[in-house]
Amino acid sequence: MAHSTAAVTSSKSVWDGGTSPMGVSYGKLMMWFFLMSDAFTFSGLLITYGLVRSSNPAYIGPVKDFFFSTTHWPIPEKVYDAIPFVHGVELPLVFVGFMTFVLIMSSVTMVLAVEAGHRMDRAAVEKWMLWTIAGGLAFLSCQAWEWTHFIIGSGAGTSMAEVVNGQWVSHMVQGANLVENQYGPPAFADFFFFITGFHGFHVFSGVAFNWLIYYNASTGVYDRRGHYEMVEKVGLYWHFVDLVWVFVFTFFYLV
Amino acid sequence: MAHHEPQVVVLPPDKEKIKKLWRVALILLLVTMVEFIIAFTMPHGAAKTSIFVLLTIVKAGYIVGEFMHLRYEVKVLFWAVLVPMIFIVWMLVAFVYEGTKIVTY
Repeated sequence: MAHSTAAVTSSKSVWDGGTSPMGVSYGKLMMWFFLMSDAFTFSGLLITYGLVRSSNPAYIGPVKDFFFSTTHWPIPEKVYDAIPFVHGVELPLVFVGFMTFVLIMSSVTMVLAVEAGHRMDRAAVEKWMLWTIAGGLAFLSCQAWEWTHFIIGSGAGTSMAEVVNGQWVSHMVQGANLVENQYGPPAFADFFFFITGFHGFHVFSGVAFNWLIYYNASTGVYDRRGHYEMVEKVGLYWHFVDLVWVFVFTFFYLV
Repeated sequence: MAHHEPQVVVLPPDKEKIKKLWRVALILLLVTMVEFIIAFTMPHGAAKTSIFVLLTIVKAGYIVGEFMHLRYEVKVLFWAVLVPMIFIVWMLVAFVYEGTKIVTY
């Protein structure tokens, strides 16, 4: 960004007024600060996951002998090993890997929309915004399937022991919800729902914002305004959603 | 009311810039693939976790630096965004350490 240097003498600080010390518009700066506060919120969720996970015993033994139990934390690759339309085949983390691919690609199309906006190229902005929206919808659809699979459960379920009226009784648990979970401690399912749910809600609102930008661009709002900065601001938000997924992928699915 | 459509000058695509963006995308996908391979070839432990954390920071760097353009912003903005992240690192280390001291069973 070029700045006017005409009236500014070299002894004057950028903080003396008349210029933007951070070199960005008010809207973009506020988007950055909002994203920082959002980063703290997501960190709160992911770090609490780390706290509860490290307070639960880890599974000790070879991975192939792993079994689901409330007495140890599950290995994620044993929980997420299914893909749509394929039954009885263990494909650990393949589906989440695909979801990661979809979200990274939609980030690329978003940044291409921003690039087109810099050139005032309305047709290209529309094209890349539509691809970005398609990527976001594809990700949300994948997540809907993932949640459904997790809630319904797989196989015959797991026999879980719990204390009822002072007596240890075991019963079959099929699927997962906020109070019980066939894949391990109930907290594991709680964190799954809260973290991926909160992220999914961000994706959903991101798709809504992207749609708004697409609509405004295609009706010529930004051409009349003379710049496409709104594409950049919403782009920042969309990349942040992708960034959060990178962390969720690592700390929830890989570690 | 007569509308005067603005005269919009459309510039040609910046081929260099677009090529660079696709290169960043390729790096992100390659790093994800490497993570994927490590997930199934390395035994669980501190070394594996460290590699994952390192690769995640690499990916985050590319997304924030290139896609969000932060690398090219004014230094004041760059540090205003990065420095507060120290609190997250502090919180992470403190909480995960404290977690090992809690007995849940």
